[in-house]
Amino acid sequence: MTPTGYFLGHLWLIPLFPLATAALMLFFGRRLPNAGVSVLCVGSVALSFVYAAGAVFQLLAADPEHRVAQQILFEWLTPGPMQMTGGHVIPFVADWGFLFDPLSCVMVLVVTGVGFLIHVYSVGYMGHEGGYYRFFGYMNLFMFAMLTLVLANNMLLMFVGWEGVGLCSYLLIGFYFLKKSASDAGKKAFIVNRIGDAGFILGILLTALTLGTIRFTSQGLPDAESASGILQALKAAVDAHALAYGAPVLTGIALLLFVGAAGKSAQIPLYVWLPDAMEGPTPVSALIHAATMVTAGVYMVARMNAVYQLAPFAMDVVAVVGAVTAIFAASIALVQNDIKKVLAYSTISQLGYMFLALGVGAFASGIFHLMTHAFFKALLFLGAGSVIHAMSGEQDLQKMGGLWNKIPITGKTFAVATLAIAGIFPFAGFFSKDEILGQAFDRYFSLWFVGFITAGMTAFYMFRLLFLAFFGYSRADEHVEKHIHESPPAMTVPLIILAGLSLIGGWVGWPGSLGGENRFERFLEPVLTGVVPETGAVKIAHHALAKEYFLMLASLSIAGAGIWLAYQFYRTKRIAPELVAGKWPRLYHLLLHKYYVDEIYDAAIVERTKDLGTLLGRFDANVIDGVGVNGAGWLARFGSTLSMWWDKWIIDGLLNFSAKLMQLFSYPVRLMQTGVFSSYAMLILAGLVILLAYYGHHMQVLLRGVR
Amino acid sequence: MLPIEHYLFLSLALFIIGVIGVVTRRNVIVVLMSIELILNAVNINLAAFSRLYGDVAGQVFALFIIADAAAEAAVGLGIIIAFFRNRETVLADEMDLLKW
Repeated sequence: MTPTGYFLGHLWLIPLFPLATAALMLFFGRRLPNAGVSVLCVGSVALSFVYAAGAVFQLLAADPEHRVAQQILFEWLTPGPMQMTGGHVIPFVADWGFLFDPLSCVMVLVVTGVGFLIHVYSVGYMGHEGGYYRFFGYMNLFMFAMLTLVLANNMLLMFVGWEGVGLCSYLLIGFYFLKKSASDAGKKAFIVNRIGDAGFILGILLTALTLGTIRFTSQGLPDAESASGILQALKAAVDAHALAYGAPVLTGIALLLFVGAAGKSAQIPLYVWLPDAMEGPTPVSALIHAATMVTAGVYMVARMNAVYQLAPFAMDVVAVVGAVTAIFAASIALVQNDIKKVLAYSTISQLGYMFLALGVGAFASGIFHLMTHAFFKALLFLGAGSVIHAMSGEQDLQKMGGLWNKIPITGKTFAVATLAIAGIFPFAGFFSKDEILGQAFDRYFSLWFVGFITAGMTAFYMFRLLFLAFFGYSRADEHVEKHIHESPPAMTVPLIILAGLSLIGGWVGWPGSLGGENRFERFLEPVLTGVVPETGAVKIAHHALAKEYFLMLASLSIAGAGIWLAYQFYRTKRIAPELVAGKWPRLYHLLLHKYYVDEIYDAAIVERTKDLGTLLGRFDANVIDGVGVNGAGWLARFGSTLSMWWDKWIIDGLLNFSAKLMQLFSYPVRLMQTGVFSSYAMLILAGLVILLAYYGHHMQVLLRGVR
Repeated sequence: MLPIEHYLFLSLALFIIGVIGVVTRRNVIVVLMSIELILNAVNINLAAFSRLYGDVAGQVFALFIIADAAAEAAVGLGIIIAFFRNRETVLADEMDLLKW
């Protein structure tokens, strides 16, 4: 029984609403008043949310096994014959189609829901900025691209959305394009993402070549039996023993796709663009660089879970990269002083958690953390934006403090988000993080331990941020101090709603051990089962309750330890942070300078690329221009000189020669033409006399005849 | 009646004087006058032969020539006056622009 309904039949409208308003902003935005821009752009996202929510309800009406709706608008790349590696030829097709299953369901709700709240917030935050319509136009364009990405029913359409969000990210990071650092950051994000995207597109090509299709699944199509799909093709290949568990080509696909995911989702070694991306306006950081776009990589890996589950080596790579990124970024976040930089590294770290989950096969947990993270990290960024707003643009934690009572709504919601990210029961982060750690514990103890330490660090740096910004004495300048004010309702209401979500958002995945039903995992299970049931991702935890309680207690206690440490450092000041930093100055500077990764990349890659450019430039100037272009020019000039000489002396010479000859012979004749008519008359007379003398006797005959 | 030879010799004498005048004189007006002499020599010839053969056509022809000579003199003198206004000369050997 395929689910049907009005909203499921109009999936294509979900991305279309923001696209329409984005186009409106492009053509008429300049002439619209700010209020009109707000109504249009926020309204279109709200409409998308309504349609998405409607579609979700209609999907939920179906029984769990059949919760897949797929709608093909039109064939994008029409079927063309494609030569397979096996030698046979199959028709290859890419549609402009939308897939709505539990996985895209979660993503669409997060994107439109959180996106809507951030749009509302932006109305307040960007109200006094120039380029209001431009901002909202880009934001709406981003919504379109992101929704295309998560709703796409094939990899190529997903890639369209993938590139679209990259473009919007670039445009919005560089929103204040007059600021050099902002436009540089935009370029950096764009270029680093290109590296990842190269991997992604190679992965798509390899998938198409191996499986003959790039459509995720044929489920939900009217001709589900005959249509092609990656899931079905994999199943057929495994059944026919053409592809085995751990086949190199599947590992290749999985790793290439992971390169793309690492670029978009800021994992080692391609994470460097995300901290710089904080140059964009804060709502952008919240929407794109925390809640939605950076999770696209996680979504993509989860979407391709069937391939990953057959590629154990790639899974291990994903898990290790995720875990290392998590602890690496968290350690940097420990000492940063820019409020948005701390949150940026925190985002990288949390994304690392998600990849850790994916890598150990806990796809549902990864998506679960993606969702809860979207709530509390969006809230953290929006709260930070509210703080920056209150502090007249100040972002340095060293110049804040004592804001708790001055901006109470921001402070309280920020505290909720901090508790959520620290993983305190019963906030959203607790459930998702605990699930990831539990799954990691079952698979690799070492990776669990890394995640466990990271959890402590997370609690520490988040509470450090909370204490530095909201508690203690104010370290702000006097005139900044005077202007501190709570943000307008357009900003605080989204904060409150997100705070509510950060609190209850995790309850949908309430674990069995605490009397819940693991609803979230069961909801996603049909999509994430993969091809071989034994290696399926979702194993509703069956291990002993005692172990579960122990793990929960462990993560709660390490979080508590992190909070306690932060309290001692920044609240009671029993331990002076300066003293600790002074004790290990090298470590402190290593962390403060972010392990010098930017410098290393500059020296190892950027400068070398420039050197290559210089070298190629010299090659161009000397060999191409010198030998090639100038040589050809010289040759042409030489040839034309020869030709000119031939023309001048031979062709023209012959002509002139004949003319000269004429002149020479005509000279005596010319002398007779004096221009004086009396001499002509003389000549005529002479001629007449000669004629008469010669023909005289004839004349006589003539005359005689007359007579 | 005088024999035809007398008329012919007079005509010849007039013609030769005219030709010598056309060829040798520098003044264009004199040249024009000499052309008139040549034309009149022809007229005498025409009139003489007309009388000799009793055919009036020759005399009619002579009348045409007299009309033509008048027209020619008028045009010729007009040209000369126009030329004189330009070049301030009526000497034939100074009219040498129409050459190579």
